[in-house]
Amino acid sequence: MAQVPVAEGVFTWPSDAPALIGSRCVACGNHMFPVQSGCPKCSGDSTETVTLGRRGTLWTWTIQGFPPKAPPYAGDADPKTFRAFGVGYVELPGEVKVEARLTESDPEKLKIGMEMELVIVPLSTDENGDEVVTFAFAPVA
Amino acid sequence: MSVDVAIVGIGMHEFGRTEGVSGMDQGVIAVRRALADAGASWDDMQFAFGGSMAAGAADTMVSLLGLTGLQFINVMNGCATGGSALFSAYNTIRSGVFDLGIAIGFDKHERGAFRVNTKGAGLGDWYGSSGLALTTQFFGMKINRYMHEYGISHSTLAKVASKAFRNGSENPMAWRRKPLSEQEIADSPMLSYPLTQYMFCNPGEGGVALILCRADKAHLYSDRPIYLRAAAVRSRRFGSFEVLAPSIALEHNAGPTVDASKAAFEMAGIGPEDVDLAQLQDTEAGAEVMHMAENGFCEHGEQEMMIQAGETEIGGRFPVNTDGGCLANGEPIGASGLRQVYENVLQLRGDAGSRQVPNDPKVAYTHVYGAPGISGVTILSR
Repeated sequence: MAQVPVAEGVFTWPSDAPALIGSRCVACGNHMFPVQSGCPKCSGDSTETVTLGRRGTLWTWTIQGFPPKAPPYAGDADPKTFRAFGVGYVELPGEVKVEARLTESDPEKLKIGMEMELVIVPLSTDENGDEVVTFAFAPVA
Repeated sequence: MSVDVAIVGIGMHEFGRTEGVSGMDQGVIAVRRALADAGASWDDMQFAFGGSMAAGAADTMVSLLGLTGLQFINVMNGCATGGSALFSAYNTIRSGVFDLGIAIGFDKHERGAFRVNTKGAGLGDWYGSSGLALTTQFFGMKINRYMHEYGISHSTLAKVASKAFRNGSENPMAWRRKPLSEQEIADSPMLSYPLTQYMFCNPGEGGVALILCRADKAHLYSDRPIYLRAAAVRSRRFGSFEVLAPSIALEHNAGPTVDASKAAFEMAGIGPEDVDLAQLQDTEAGAEVMHMAENGFCEHGEQEMMIQAGETEIGGRFPVNTDGGCLANGEPIGASGLRQVYENVLQLRGDAGSRQVPNDPKVAYTHVYGAPGISGVTILSR
């Protein structure tokens, strides 16, 4: 079974140290995720593609407690087998806060300010039988 | 010199779920009720601005209301659709182009959380397929951060929701009319931590229409005209934390609500201390809490004391969401902002019945917020 990313150009994969792919404004240095062509900070029209930092701190979080509608959700949306998952914004120092799934879904174990690291996690199986993967942040042990 | 603007007619179709009646038809019923309230005919309307998010193009309703040749402009502006229709109608009269017209909002959404069209929102498909494109997540994350920063308690969230259903139980147009205790609310399923099921509003159905007139002709249609002192709509600025954002800037900006509120107060020439009651966007209980401060009615964190002390109840110092808000009425996006204005007109006329704010209120405020980071504010006075 092969692993395929949920989309090309969102994170580096395959990789031993996967990173999100974003943009940096050539004019003002503002970082954005995902890749985009214009800068919302200075209205500049020139950006370069960069890989973002892999570690950051948890800025805020929630727990997705009910199955998202499918489509668009590609993961398990069956109410009988759905498992709650964490969602949060992770502040990547000097860059940007990115929204992501979290590997932790226990409110007792999530704290604003905790160290997080990017990981790649399974999401679903596609029609070819391949495993679709997406990005998430995991607490740094 | 600009012309003053009065609201001389209001009409509403009950919010909630009405099987067998399309969103458009609910809009038409609201229009007919507004016309009756003003004692005007459809033929008197010189212009209309109308919109829905999911129930069709408003201008097609002329085939049900009468083909009079009026100027009809469709509005579709996310969660500020109704507010934008009102803003446009307000300025059309203020500028002197027309004397009398109507703002219309209606909608009918499928059950459950909004299914976000990621492409339409300018987002990649991966965002929805990965399980991130849920507006509910944003609200959970915004209030969770806010509670961390400003010490708002879980009990305060439950109190806000309990007030909404209590006020809704006094409102014949509301969807959720059964009072719920704080315990029942806190114990309902956790949908998006720290928000439980009964702390969230539901997408729903409904329609509202408001007839606007230049103030010096208002007496022709109403003996109790309510004046629109300000209408402002603002979008997000760099650094604000908004719904459906795969990333946000490191630097912080207060967001479109603060901007729209400041613009509206400036337009009206009054301040938050002059406002007697407010309808504030309460997509969920935390939103009402945060929007109290974002609209300038208190300092950040002060809400904890205010809500625990009952100050935002109908009989309190500063009543908020007297009709039950989105929590009790649901959120038909196109109509939601106009529903708030409808309630304020009732309150300022003294026609709000068992949920009437006491002591003869004179100034009332509305605020809508939603995707993709847009706020609309109005200020009404007698």
